[in-house]
This record gives sequence, C-alpha cells and structure tokens, in this order.
Amino acid sequence: MTKTPEYEDIPGTTVFDAQRARKGYHLNQFLYSLMKAENRKEFRAGEHKYLMKFPMSEEQRQAVMKREWNRLLELGGVSYALAKLAFTDEHSYQYMAAEMTGMTQQGYLDMMVAGGRPIEGWRSKKARGEA
Amino acid sequence: MAKIIAGVGTSHTPAIGAAVDNGKTGEPYWIPLFKGYEPSRKWMEEVKPDVVIMVYNDHVNAFDFKVIPTFAIGCAEEFPIADEGWGARPVPAVKGYPEFAAHLVQELVLDEFDITIVNEMQVDHGLTVPMTLMFDSPKEWPCRVIPLAVNVVQYPAPTGNRCYNLGKAIKKAVEAWDEDLKVVIFGTGGMSHQIQNRRAGLINKEFDARFLDGLTRDPEGLAKIPPIEYLREAGNEAIELVMWLIMRGALGKDVEEVYRFYHVPASSTGVGNIILETKEFHEQRKGKVAA
Repeated sequence: MTKTPEYEDIPGTTVFDAQRARKGYHLNQFLYSLMKAENRKEFRAGEHKYLMKFPMSEEQRQAVMKREWNRLLELGGVSYALAKLAFTDEHSYQYMAAEMTGMTQQGYLDMMVAGGRPIEGWRSKKARGEA
Repeated sequence: MAKIIAGVGTSHTPAIGAAVDNGKTGEPYWIPLFKGYEPSRKWMEEVKPDVVIMVYNDHVNAFDFKVIPTFAIGCAEEFPIADEGWGARPVPAVKGYPEFAAHLVQELVLDEFDITIVNEMQVDHGLTVPMTLMFDSPKEWPCRVIPLAVNVVQYPAPTGNRCYNLGKAIKKAVEAWDEDLKVVIFGTGGMSHQIQNRRAGLINKEFDARFLDGLTRDPEGLAKIPPIEYLREAGNEAIELVMWLIMRGALGKDVEEVYRFYHVPASSTGVGNIILETKEFHEQRKGKVAA
C-alpha cells in the first residue's frame, strides 16, 4: 500500500479515487443502468431481484435498498451515480446531499439560502480531533 | 481564419435546468440568479458566435465506468440530450461541427495532448445548462457546439496546469483552421460546492472570489493551485473549476473582463459567471460601438 493520501484528512468527504472506483465498479454500473426508464421501472418492481443482475456485494445491495447514502460512498459509490438512485425515487441532488449530512431537508435548504456551510471547522480531521 | 474571441465561465447546476424546464424561474428563490444572467444573454445575443467550444464534464451519462477518458472531444454531427434519470431535458439536440472537431483533435494530438475521439454521445446538464443560461430557450440552438468533456468524476481530474496548457493548445489549433469563424469557449462547472457526505453544502465565497479575480488577472497563478486545495477549500465537486482554466488558457495572456456575477445558492452550489473578451476582440467591439 502507498501512504494515506492527503485528501483523507478532509472531514465528512469521500474522494472517489481509483481504489474506491475499483471496489464500487459494479455498484456504479448498476446505478448507471437507472438512466433508462425501463430499468427504473424494473428496479422499482423488485429491487433485490434487479440488484442480483449485478455482481456486487450483498453489503452493497443492502445499502442500496436501505438508501444508506454515506455507506454507499464508503462501498465505492460515487455521488453522480448515486444521484440516479435519488432520481429514481423522484428526489433531487439536493435531497440526496441533505440526507448525507444528517440534516432535515428544511434545515439543509435554510443553510444553503443563508450562504451554505462555512469552511471554518471543516478543513481538517486532524484539526477537528477526528483523526 | 477561425478565432477565439471570448471565454465564458459558468456553473452548470442541474437544478437551474430543472427550474427553467418546470417554469420556476419567476419564483423568489430563482429570480436573483436569472436576473444575474440577463446581461450575459444580452452579450451573447450581440456577439453571435458561429461555434461554441464547450468544456464541461459528463456526470456518468455519456460515459459509464467502462471507459473514463480524461479529455474527450465530440466529433458527431449531432448530440442527443441524455435522460439522466428523470427524463431528458426538453431542449433541442446540440448540433456539432464534425470537420472542425476532427481538425482540433488532430492538431491537439500532434501538440502532445492525447484526446479521446467520441463519434457518438449524449450530452447532459453539464453542457445543456450553460447553453440555457447563455442562450435562453430557443427552438434551435443558434450556433454549432464542439463538446470537450473532461473527467472530474474519478480522482484525479487533470491538474489545473495541464488544463491551462490544453487551453493554449486549443487557441493554436483553432487559429490553424482556415475558415472565418467566431469561436466562444466555455469553461463550466463549480464554483465551490460539495454534494456528498457530511460536509455537503460547503460554500467558500472567498475562494470563489479569488478564483474569479485570478482568472482575469493571474491565470498562471491559478494554474498552480494543486488538486487538494480545490477539494479541501472549495468542496469535493469544486474540482470542476479546472475546466475554467482550459477556457482561460485559450484566450491568450491579456483579457478584458466584461461581466461578472456570483450568487449563492443554486441547490448546493455557489454559482459564478464571468465573460472575458480577448484584447483584440475587445478593441474591435469598442471601435464598433464608438462608430
């Protein structure tokens, strides 16, 4: 293994790098398949059955079914692909982002309208005592 | 000879497209944003480019994870609009310019930029939202478009420096095309935003302001910003800003900033818009206005 990349020190952030992409390949290919209306329909009609078409881990399938967004990031999902799951549920990027923060939808919207999340305190895990 | 006359930097937030497509532009949330783009649309209307080179990124729509090109140029006659998961945006298909695109690819590869050639592809909000913002909602787009897709989905995106240098090579390649064309190049995406994990919603207005200042006055300095600084200071998805450096590199050393607008938020994004004219084009335009 190479040394831990610097971006792993950014709090509350999962950088989609080559190792995560490798782990998440089939998960992301599943998410990509949701671009087609007929696939969205089939997925909605039986989620697990549809997920079995993709050689991903059962852990990844369960996280999809439970919409465990941050867990899906850890398991190699990338936000742009995960958004297709949110769209399939007729939600937006913003909905998904709010879910990932653990805030309420209204709380997240209010934060954005007030200018967004300030950078202060969110630069470094080390500085936050998380590392 | 073909000439790049100006560059446009703009965010490409999908919610902006959705606001237009669903008739929400008159809602209080959206009014300031669309008002901010009015002068840009007016400028575009006056300038009437023949060709737009659109530097943007695909969001897992044209490209899945089978193949991830760092730089790809669309050489098709036409680019259909992608269904990203909620149905395709109701905007006209984008007309390409295959001969000119093929020329650019050829020149750029010989100039040591390894461009992927794409002969069929759909385009997503990364390309269509900037079109809507700058051209409004016509029945047909008023000019041809050459898409230049940059990988910013899987880390690492090309560095800012690489992008800036690609821009310089694009300027040369455009000028080697023997047809009088007015070309406007777009750099899209950003500005500060993060749409994943607990830090989602991050906005860094100071970073964005410095970036806009640098784009006009000190692009060489901006090109030195390392990837970690975009990710840490401006959010995981702010790395899209490297695409603005391709645009800037294609304009030559001195530019005239003719418009700037910044607004928070559109969905989770700090929205920026800047118009930079090349010195030569700016002088011409001033001359015309005076006459």
